[in-house]
Amino acid sequence: MRDVAVVSFAQSATRRDQTRNEVEILLPVLREAMEPTGLTTQDMGFTCSGSSDYLAGQAFAFVSALDAVGPWPPIQESHVEMDGAWALYEAWVRLQHGDIDTALVYAFGKSSPGDVGRVLSMQLDPYVVAPLWPDAVSLAALQARSWLEAGHSEKDLARVVARSRRNALGNPHAQLSGDVDEEALLDEPLYADPLRKHDCPPISDGAAVVVLAAGDRARELCDRPAWIRGIDHRIDVQALGSRDLTTSASTRLAGQRAGVRDIDLAELHAPFSHQELIVAESLGLEESRTTINPSGGALASNPVMVAGLVRIGEAARRISAGEGDRAVAHATSGPALQQNLVCVLEGT
Amino acid sequence: MSDPVTGIITPIRLDYTYTPGTSPSAFLRGMKDGKILGRRCPSCGKVYVPPRGGCPMCGVEFAEEVQVSDSGTLVTFAVVNVNFANRVIDLPYVSGEVLFDGADTTSMVLVQGIAADEVRMGMRVTAHWLPREEWDFTFANIDYVEPTGEPDADYASYKEHV
Amino acid sequence: MSSTEVLSAPHFMEFGYTRSTGPMVGAFLTGLRDRQVLGVRDSSNRVVVPPPEYDATTAEALPADALVPVGPEGVVTSWSWNPQPRLGQPMDRPFAWALVRLDGADTAVLHALDALPTQVRTGMRVQVRWAAETVGAITDIACFEPCP
Repeated sequence: MRDVAVVSFAQSATRRDQTRNEVEILLPVLREAMEPTGLTTQDMGFTCSGSSDYLAGQAFAFVSALDAVGPWPPIQESHVEMDGAWALYEAWVRLQHGDIDTALVYAFGKSSPGDVGRVLSMQLDPYVVAPLWPDAVSLAALQARSWLEAGHSEKDLARVVARSRRNALGNPHAQLSGDVDEEALLDEPLYADPLRKHDCPPISDGAAVVVLAAGDRARELCDRPAWIRGIDHRIDVQALGSRDLTTSASTRLAGQRAGVRDIDLAELHAPFSHQELIVAESLGLEESRTTINPSGGALASNPVMVAGLVRIGEAARRISAGEGDRAVAHATSGPALQQNLVCVLEGT
Repeated sequence: MSDPVTGIITPIRLDYTYTPGTSPSAFLRGMKDGKILGRRCPSCGKVYVPPRGGCPMCGVEFAEEVQVSDSGTLVTFAVVNVNFANRVIDLPYVSGEVLFDGADTTSMVLVQGIAADEVRMGMRVTAHWLPREEWDFTFANIDYVEPTGEPDADYASYKEHV
Repeated sequence: MSSTEVLSAPHFMEFGYTRSTGPMVGAFLTGLRDRQVLGVRDSSNRVVVPPPEYDATTAEALPADALVPVGPEGVVTSWSWNPQPRLGQPMDRPFAWALVRLDGADTAVLHALDALPTQVRTGMRVQVRWAAETVGAITDIACFEPCP
């Protein structure tokens, strides 16, 4: 396997943006990510993006977003209708071929124009589930109930939310941050029993960009590249009623394949509070050893189709800054943690 | 006993509050005022009509707003013999790509005021707008273009846009 | 409208989607039309509802003669409360989403449960409430309701 590293990362602020379109949101983020490398998007060997046309409300919306990259002369480019973390996976695979040394990965999405809970229903079985239009919050809440009834406490959920908001205070791109009291959180009314509003993610619009480079090229472009030591993704059985919702078998397997061990910091893509605990447990992470979601995570800021790539970027950024030597970044897709990607990053 | 089920119809409808973005909004506001507003790329200097946010060739944000003329050159066209959705029109009709003077991108506009078999590339045209009281935030305020009667433009002046 | 205000407008995407069902989903939906829920017995002798085309372990195609009737009663294995029903959902007043393992099945099916929030609990017994007219769709099950 060829050594590939994250050499640059940038993200937009994430909040409902009723002013700019996706291209306008992406342009400054691309510029910010390219600047430290001294390269242009034209210098990249391969470009891959992650987004959802259903989110944008327009077929081939991802093609319009290419304007932001300035793809002339024509570039080698691909796209996944998924979170940008999977676009990064494709770019990583492409770099393994050995004929190119750099790749540009970007993700974008505006959740605010539509009803994101309803848009995500498009991911469900089109014959026997989607016609009922179950929304993303209801499905996550079903999983939360299974998890709570397996012997967990809603106090754990409050702890996750409080930690997320507190960590997000140090994140200029986060949407929700603050010092919140766990007891006060538990006093809030239930929203989608058993979940409270704060157990659910905010509606965020945003974009993120990661630059990958291989071998010596990575060392030229970055003082301390964040090396991808392992990357793997797995998917659970599609039918919700056939899955054990209290654990994430796909995360566990992806974590084993990616080589999760001795982790200093973890960025876990958990849009719902109980999901952070399920993912951490599935990866075998101990809070005493590992700092979890120092960015605040997806509970603080959840641009759909972007938040997973942001987890990789946030973990990589901290590795490059010397805040840790070994990190894990996780991304999820589909209802109730159906599909999961795990990436292990190292500074040396 | 009925036949077994072999198919289902699953209608999908998703609703949005769509915002076109900053520079497209400026373009649409311009149309409401009877102006065609493009934006210039600070890197290559091209003027895009309508502007979508950044120069799609350079990947650079637009800055300068540029009003272009509502007269221009017909760079290419198609003679259409089939009606299209939502419009009833005399057939055949001519659908043209017009390079408005000052713009570096063409716009698709209906061509009227001339027999279909007399239309040619390079023909000089001008916009016929709907009555002012019907103007909205839309390019459709320009109902069609018609020939100005000027001599045809030189091929060299528009060949890049064909 | 100020000169710097950005425009917005309602927009929608609408598609018809005619889907062919294939033999297994077709058999399941035909069963619903006949007011019967069917599952399929797989290689591990588990009855899976709704029946998939392929075995999750062996990847072998599952035969139509392995279809077995299940329900119409079952048990709630998980649920969540939906306080603000959305367009297209099975009910237009607040309801519970539930995973229901029908009697005879080893997996649960997702649907709506018409019950009060104080009534709903994991483990409660529920039964299918059929739609007035069944056509061969998952909505032939109007929802589940508590067993009397």
